Amino acid sequence: MSLLETVSLNEEGFLTNPEEWTKEIAVEMAKGEGIEDLSEDHWMIIDFCRESAVDSGSAPTLRQITKGTGISTKVLFGLFPKGPAKKVAKISGLGKPEGCV
Amino acid sequence: MTSENRHMAFICSKGNLDMALPALIMGWAALGDGIDVTLFFTFWGLDIITDKRIDKLELAPVANTSFKMSLMGLPTGNLGIPQIMGVLPGMTAFASWFMKKKIASLDVPPMREYVEMLIDAGANLYGCKMTCDMMKLTMDDFVDGVDSIVTASDFMDLTKGAQVIFI
Repeated sequence: MSLLETVSLNEEGFLTNPEEWTKEIAVEMAKGEGIEDLSEDHWMIIDFCRESAVDSGSAPTLRQITKGTGISTKVLFGLFPKGPAKKVAKISGLGKPEGCV
Repeated sequence: MTSENRHMAFICSKGNLDMALPALIMGWAALGDGIDVTLFFTFWGLDIITDKRIDKLELAPVANTSFKMSLMGLPTGNLGIPQIMGVLPGMTAFASWFMKKKIASLDVPPMREYVEMLIDAGANLYGCKMTCDMMKLTMDDFVDGVDSIVTASDFMDLTKGAQVIFI
């Protein structure tokens, strides 16, 4: 049984309860998004997103991620190919980012 | 994936601050969702990628019926800025300064940084050849990262199958 079957997801595959998130869940979710291995940079971004969501209540926007982690836009898009916006939030166990930038 | 990736193309024909932002905002959102983005800059829209102009995009209060005094937090309801005031020297600069401040408060980056973000995220940017010829602009006048100057016909080839948005 996949680890993802033990948690509740919405129809788009986001965790409905961020409390259920674990690092193992993140790894499974990343695989579902086509990312086989999570590097140190991936984890730095995920950690930043989770910390940021504790303060703000929602997933950070991409610009907040690049500003907050020091990881460039180019690298961010390389780490999460085919669109980091929803992928980062999903893997971090958060809802969709609410901002536009 | 067997099907082709979704592709959106924006034709940017205006250089006013408020007309430059939509393509950047939507283009950035599209890139974030893994959609291919092409931006084609023509006529006044070339200001958005012109090195000397990009930091100086403006918004004129004249003939802008949506620009109400209430935007500045005044309790004036639907009352507009009198057009005769709008033509006074400095009013465009004031309106532009004010709007940039309002936009920045939403965490929107300045134009130059915004365009850089789109380029870094993989958008393709092109200048319109006919306008460049007319305005005597070359690749040297543009910010780094603009792909090339292309004809209208090239644009058709570059955006085959794309959803095209004219701004």
